[in-house]
Amino acid sequence: MADAAHIPVAFGRALRESGIDVTAADSINYARALNAVGLADRNHVYWAGRATLVRDPQDIDVYDRTFGELFDGGPPAPTTAESAVDLIVAYDTPPDGHEHDAPSSGEDPVSGTPVVTVRWSRAETLRHRDFASLSGEELDEARTLMADIRFAGAARRSRRRHETRARRRPDLRGTVRTALRHGGEPIRRSYTAPTRRARRLVLLCDVSGSMEPYTRALLRFVHAIVVARRSVEVFTVGTRLTRITPALTSRDPDAALRAAATQVPDLGGGTRLGEGLRSFNDQWGTRGTARGAIVVVVSDGWDRGDPDLLGSEMARLRRIAHRVVWVNPLKAGEGYAPLARGMAAALPSVDDFVEGHSLAALEDLVRVIERTGT
Amino acid sequence: MTAAPLNVDAVRVGLESNGYLADEGLATVVFLGLSLERPLLLEGEAGVGKTEVARALARWTGGELIRLQCYEGIDAAQAVYEWDYSRQLLHLRAAEASGSQIIEDELYSERFLVRRPLLAAIDHPGPTPPVLLIDEVDRADDEFEAFLLEILSDYTITVPELGTRHATRPPRVVLTSNRTRDVHDALKRRCLYHWIDHPSFELELAIVRLRAPEVSDGLAREVATAVAVLRDLDLYKPPGVAETIDWAQALGRLGEDHVDARAARATFGTVVKYREDRARAEDAVEEIVAAAAAGRG
Repeated sequence: MADAAHIPVAFGRALRESGIDVTAADSINYARALNAVGLADRNHVYWAGRATLVRDPQDIDVYDRTFGELFDGGPPAPTTAESAVDLIVAYDTPPDGHEHDAPSSGEDPVSGTPVVTVRWSRAETLRHRDFASLSGEELDEARTLMADIRFAGAARRSRRRHETRARRRPDLRGTVRTALRHGGEPIRRSYTAPTRRARRLVLLCDVSGSMEPYTRALLRFVHAIVVARRSVEVFTVGTRLTRITPALTSRDPDAALRAAATQVPDLGGGTRLGEGLRSFNDQWGTRGTARGAIVVVVSDGWDRGDPDLLGSEMARLRRIAHRVVWVNPLKAGEGYAPLARGMAAALPSVDDFVEGHSLAALEDLVRVIERTGT
Repeated sequence: MTAAPLNVDAVRVGLESNGYLADEGLATVVFLGLSLERPLLLEGEAGVGKTEVARALARWTGGELIRLQCYEGIDAAQAVYEWDYSRQLLHLRAAEASGSQIIEDELYSERFLVRRPLLAAIDHPGPTPPVLLIDEVDRADDEFEAFLLEILSDYTITVPELGTRHATRPPRVVLTSNRTRDVHDALKRRCLYHWIDHPSFELELAIVRLRAPEVSDGLAREVATAVAVLRDLDLYKPPGVAETIDWAQALGRLGEDHVDARAARATFGTVVKYREDRARAEDAVEEIVAAAAAGRG
């Protein structure tokens, strides 16, 4: 580990093995940086690497561990399971004292609407569930959606402008160009109007145990949206917040769902919607991701966290978003009333409260999103 | 900038003498940016002093600070260059009136060129290279990012009517992002990356002393301690260094020498900017005051 040319290569390889995406070009940059700061000072070697090899604050921990291991002869890196240590174990007991089976609703023998069962999960289960391994009608159902999902999406006025015939704002640039074509005579005046751009769409999907009957179908649906549209962000909320947008960008739905499943540690676990929303608002929402966006929350509203927190975080979200849509698969159930405490707390901050239990309901959702434009 | 040899320590001292206290990590990155001539991409919470790095760098190096504030929908006309169309039209009319022939080259010449920040930075006459601050790049859309990448790769801009402009000495580029979305990897690769954290207590105290010299040493300590307590309160928006400085200045201006409950309540508006956060801070005011008094030492 003494050879100056050896360091960037060996360190780059160690980081790659730890999961940081280090390219050959990055290693070359690191070599240049080391050349500039010198090798005498450990901290300089450390910071030169931080500047050239790390591009995401989430990678800093891994970088620190790998650096310590390689340069300080520190203890072997803890296994990757370390990230799971800070988990909250949530147990879910129904407020009325029953052990299992909160409302079971929506069973309709005639139309064959899926049976709705809500389970409280007993503990957060950090199982790496494979979405794609659960097959069934849901899958086919969602697949047929792909054809319908290519909606235009809600639009907003953009700052960019385009040329138009209608007399909007005078376009000097266009006028000069036309004038030149006519020997300098400004005969025809040009005009511009604002172009329209798709509003950002943010989807927050509850992936807790009680949503399980729907999770796969809904994620298929979400994947279809991500593929069809630009500026979509997708997060899952269970006992923690996970951003799965990058995983869903693969065009192949099975590959995308598999990739997403590996990233969601709390799939089928408990629900802490309020805390999840809080993390979203803090880390993404108020910084700009939710500003002026259409935010769609997909959840049954069964929440083991504090309903007050959920209520206040929903209100906060409502203040920055263009529109808040709540999709609740339970809503279709006969005689459904938003009795779940979380749902009741969230409702005052919801603009559109829609069903999400079937293909038809999801088509309705698409219409709601399209309608909420401008 | 002095003629002293450039190294990490010289950068730290240089920034400090221009009002910016950098920790070792930031000083190293700035040094590397200068010596490798690469753009810096700074990310971090609002108020940790990302933009201020560029200002201090400009003051220190003596380069002109050229700032480009990004927003959604920003395009070449606002970022690179535009033609002064009204003047072109006037010129056309004048030429028409005097009956002289219009040559297109005449209209698209330096005379009618409006330099926007990016062209101004590339086309800078020198001799000291300017500091180009591209602020909140995450607000621009990805088309613009691709465009930026092109410019930052070879510091060249082509104006079709005038030809290619090449920077004689590349500008010192600082990009900032608030992480509302991921900046494209290609752009990150082009840059040296640094995540600016909230400063340590000692560093923050030193920053307050430097930026609010009128505030007494004891009060500065109390404010820095109180802010540390506020950051642990689980607020929507924990105060950044900018807020710490504001608070210290506000208390100093009011002639306070202690963070007591009354003074704190009167000035919370400078550190916590949400109604909910304010309520939380007011609830914890006793704790804050006690910690501040202890922090005075």
